[in-house]
Amino acid sequence: MKVTTHTDPEALAMTTSAELSASAERAWQLVSDPRKLERWWGPPEWPATFVRFDFEPGGRAHYYMQGPDGERLHGWWKFVSITAQTELFIEDGFADENGEPSGDLGVTTARVTFEPTDSGTRLTILSQYQSLDQLEAMLEMGMEEGMRLAVGQIESILRDEPEGN
Amino acid sequence: MVVDELSDAQVDAMFRALADATRRDIVTRVFSEGVSVSQLALKYEMSFAAVQKHVAILHTAGLVTKQRQGREQIVRGDVRTIQRAQELLARLEDVWTQRVLRMEAVLNAE
Repeated sequence: MKVTTHTDPEALAMTTSAELSASAERAWQLVSDPRKLERWWGPPEWPATFVRFDFEPGGRAHYYMQGPDGERLHGWWKFVSITAQTELFIEDGFADENGEPSGDLGVTTARVTFEPTDSGTRLTILSQYQSLDQLEAMLEMGMEEGMRLAVGQIESILRDEPEGN
Repeated sequence: MVVDELSDAQVDAMFRALADATRRDIVTRVFSEGVSVSQLALKYEMSFAAVQKHVAILHTAGLVTKQRQGREQIVRGDVRTIQRAQELLARLEDVWTQRVLRMEAVLNAE
């Protein structure tokens, strides 16, 4: 599977797309079933747990991502609009431990669309950010992930290395 | 200037500078070798003053350096700042790319 991205720095927007090897019906479960959603939303070292999931237009979700040291980062979603197996539009922001919006970093939005193709489902995500401060805060997670992956790779290389080398 | 310690205002200026197609083109042209403002002005259908203004915005954002050489201003790309801009964008892209790769993994595990 090839993931393509297009970034628009002026608009602080980004489009990510890929063709998933599943029907739109199955692909839709990735966003509509919180247990499946938890398996991809957070990086491996920061897995997400959704504790509230009111999957209906205007409904809210509350999740947290837990880091390796037990630190929890809470977030909220608002399901702005839902068109089954076709499009999901959400607002996403930082939350306190009760799932209430917190901080002054504002919201990001994501429009996730699913289009059937001959061999699967075309997935397109349009992410919209509000400010560079917000972007930096979001990126902390991605950077954390990249660094931990790198550390993990170094550890496995060292383990495979024979003694004395 | 330590590249890793760019302030938010500097990053902001950098992104705004790169949001314009002409300025991105200028950065590309001056990336490998210095080009004078008057040479640059010949490449675009706009006035010398307009090109000079674009260069000034790139300079404020730290993306290019200007050096006087006789009667000419030589413009050169500031590699470190450009790399920082690319890195920020790449990291932003990577967050969603990794998510989509995990989505496919979830589907394949079923």
